[in-house]
Amino acid sequence: MRASLEGEKQQTDQSMDGGLMQMQRRLAEYRNALFKEGILDSQYLQLQELQDESNPDFVVEVVSLFFTDSEKLLNDLSRDLAQQNVDFKRVDAHVHQLKGSSSSIGAEKVKNACIVFRNFCQEKNIPGCLRCLQQIKQEFLLVKSKLETLFKLEQQVVAAGGSIPTVQQPIL
Amino acid sequence: MVSPSMRIDEGCDLDSDNSVLMREKLAVLIVDDDAVVRKVHEKLASQLKVAKQVQTETATNGKEALDLHLSGSSFDIILMEMDLPIMDGPEVTKELRAMGVKSMIVGVTSRDSQVEKTAFMVAGLDECLEKPLTADKISSLVETLEKKK
Repeated sequence: MRASLEGEKQQTDQSMDGGLMQMQRRLAEYRNALFKEGILDSQYLQLQELQDESNPDFVVEVVSLFFTDSEKLLNDLSRDLAQQNVDFKRVDAHVHQLKGSSSSIGAEKVKNACIVFRNFCQEKNIPGCLRCLQQIKQEFLLVKSKLETLFKLEQQVVAAGGSIPTVQQPIL
Repeated sequence: MVSPSMRIDEGCDLDSDNSVLMREKLAVLIVDDDAVVRKVHEKLASQLKVAKQVQTETATNGKEALDLHLSGSSFDIILMEMDLPIMDGPEVTKELRAMGVKSMIVGVTSRDSQVEKTAFMVAGLDECLEKPLTADKISSLVETLEKKK
């Protein structure tokens, strides 16, 4: 009877470990894809390396702050470009700020979209700026959605008793 | 007294031989109007293993940075964003140098124009770095600082 119970326990442990391994594999694949698709760059790895026991939620905190602040900046940009007399200096300042914050967290596509936007700003090209703003919004929503999924996958791994391995280099 | 924008991190534990060589404190001021950037740069600075204690302070614009110095604060390294509200990076750098501030002032910017970076350097910077800042970039600043000691 005891042997049977121990056997059952072993089988349960193995299937749980198997489940955890599958989750960890899924997490690693998902994360690698973000780098491969150019949604994240190596700066994101810098954030991960800054996370430690004294600040175990550092990455989520910074990224959440980025989401909140960027949404505000994007709203400001929409309002700025809707003005009768567009203040391009103000528009440029907002895009510049978004470029800085997106590069600091590794949101590569958002950063690149900001670079293009600033060129149109310098030309005072309103249709160009509006197109760029749409592009930035799309890239922002994409990185937001992807990172929220990534964090959920990480939470699942941790809840299942696993740990999140730090990726040293993106596997491209 | 510790202000809300100040943070003190203990350096890593090293054996007694290394701790004799290690400086007691490294004070870093981060001047940037973006909260995300301030948070990342503050964390990068706090991870430096070059002092027994790393003290970081932040300012959201050039005037705040100037006011900190006028109230008697001093720093080993100042990370100064170029584009700041109220008083921009080049302006406040000029003011600080005119006041006799000898800290290492490092310009940090997302701008890629060499002309603008040169103008910023001329204002009194020791170095100008492009965002994003990384652990390697900050470590090499500290190496330069240590060589000047």
